[in-house]
Amino acid sequence: MSGHGIRIEGLKKRYGSGDTAVEALKRVDMQVAPGEVVGLIGPSGSGKSTLLKCLGAVIDPTAGRMTLGDETIYEDGWKVRDLRALRRDKIGFVFQAPYLIPFLDVTDNVALLPMLAGVANSEARQRALDLLTALDVQHRAKAMPSRLSGGEQQRVAIARGLVNRPPVILADEPTAPLDSERAMAVIRILNEMARKYETAIIVVTHDEKIIPTFKRIYHIRDGVTHEETGEGRAFA
Amino acid sequence: MISLAGRDILHAWGKFVFTGVGLGLLIGVTLVMAGVYRGMVDDGRALLDNSGADLWVVQQDTLGPYAESSSLNDDVYRTLLAMPGIAQAANVTYLTMQVRKEASDVRAMVVGIAPGPLGSTPGWPPYLVAGRQIARAHYEAVADIASGFRLGDSLRIRRNQYTVVGLTRRMVSSSGDPMVFIPLKDAQEAQFLKGNDAIWQSRRRTEANPAFNRPGVPGLLDAVIASQSANAFVNAVLVTLKPGQAPDAAAESIRRWKRLTVYTRAQMEGILVGKLIATSSKQISMFLVILAVVSAAIVAFIIYTLTMDKIREIAVLKLIGTRNRTIAGMIMQQAVALGVIGFVVGKITATFAAPMFPKYVLLMPLDTVLGFFAVLTICVLASLIAIRMALKVDPAEAIGG
Repeated sequence: MSGHGIRIEGLKKRYGSGDTAVEALKRVDMQVAPGEVVGLIGPSGSGKSTLLKCLGAVIDPTAGRMTLGDETIYEDGWKVRDLRALRRDKIGFVFQAPYLIPFLDVTDNVALLPMLAGVANSEARQRALDLLTALDVQHRAKAMPSRLSGGEQQRVAIARGLVNRPPVILADEPTAPLDSERAMAVIRILNEMARKYETAIIVVTHDEKIIPTFKRIYHIRDGVTHEETGEGRAFA
Repeated sequence: MISLAGRDILHAWGKFVFTGVGLGLLIGVTLVMAGVYRGMVDDGRALLDNSGADLWVVQQDTLGPYAESSSLNDDVYRTLLAMPGIAQAANVTYLTMQVRKEASDVRAMVVGIAPGPLGSTPGWPPYLVAGRQIARAHYEAVADIASGFRLGDSLRIRRNQYTVVGLTRRMVSSSGDPMVFIPLKDAQEAQFLKGNDAIWQSRRRTEANPAFNRPGVPGLLDAVIASQSANAFVNAVLVTLKPGQAPDAAAESIRRWKRLTVYTRAQMEGILVGKLIATSSKQISMFLVILAVVSAAIVAFIIYTLTMDKIREIAVLKLIGTRNRTIAGMIMQQAVALGVIGFVVGKITATFAAPMFPKYVLLMPLDTVLGFFAVLTICVLASLIAIRMALKVDPAEAIGG
């Protein structure tokens, strides 16, 4: 693996203190290269969501180190001052449900992120259209989210996650609401986009049918990650 | 950057428009209430302006003739005319009563005006919209068109019939009742005119009183009865001053030498606005406060509900890096937009509804401007609850688990 999109070392998260303290994450070590899609699986209560929130800079880890590209963003404390800008510019999110903004059309749903970062509207919309074209939903560019199918909505959500060219995308159960065919299509798209935009993608999933598609998987159990690799996992 | 608030409003325009119309009707009522107060003040000023007087001479130690009853002998005006600086002095009576109009009646202020040269006698209606001024000594009337009378109509005051010979406009009492002008002598009679039975009873009592019915004093009884049935009193004397005469100096002179109470134009306006309309003003102010609170509650509730509907979207917006001030701005802009829609609807409603009110409703541009900024302030304040809630939304809510 050459270089790294995101590297996590010895990440811990403890809720509460004293006798009532709960160690949600005991030791998390992960590394995802640019252009790679890895799975993160584990039973309920294993710490998946806590890990995702730590990676998404939504909650503070208790200890450990996180590196995005060559930049250490967390080491016993956040190393970046503006976590909001970090989430906006360096981390893409794809959720279980698309959570598109219902009052913005497809283009503006995608273009909103670069606009928030100060990119001119026309340029932001052009970026959005390029991504929508790459994801084959450019024909719905002017449609409102409520007019899209579930698969189209998820592709738009992926475009939104990618539009600021973040080094890492966190996908939280992105195939959960989709049937097998659409779920596989989403995974295919994530792989294509990861390769095309050199983005590291972490997919949290319970979905048995897509697990075999990952080249590498991280199991998380009782707050500890275990890496699993296997031939034939690569998505064709 | 696109306007998130604008897009949301366009997306849910029906909800916004209907809420705005509802709010607008409330704002319309508020503007009309303010207009009612302005109308009362304007009616008071019109009453003073149209009387044509510089000074009001009334019974000593009273606030007459509009705020309190006042009674003066009707020959006082002669002595006033002899004082320096006085140009005109004319008796006037005011009596608010029900004036019979065929089978119905109209509440009106009956004004008794003294005879005098047209255009220079204070108390007369300064202009007519139809017909002529009163030219005969009895049984003619000039009525404000708000009374509903038309030229040639016959109206009844006490036992006497009057013919409407002229119509005037904006001649109303401080409480908005239209004025009906009649000759002074008729008005004096009307103020104290009793029914036939009452007159007969009064005469019988006088005859039975040995102090008035003395055998050795012929003519005493007739004189007493005559004095009881005649009214030699008026409510005020309206005075105009010669050019260059200071009102305060003339008023002071009358107070000192005639032992009467005198009010200048400014003092009389102070009585009308500060005392006569004060209670109504407080009443209307209370209504305005209640309406403002209700409007704020409605805006707060609507904006809160609209924001609650977008909690998940707000969490997503925060997660993807939207600044708090962008989210707060979106909510506040929506509240302001709601206020603007409401204000436009309210202003249109008030403008079209004002002429339908029985009393004069004066919608002043200044009130409109103040109302607009008050609505905006209320909307901004009302949005703070929703903004507070939105800012407390945890971006982690967008992530499951």
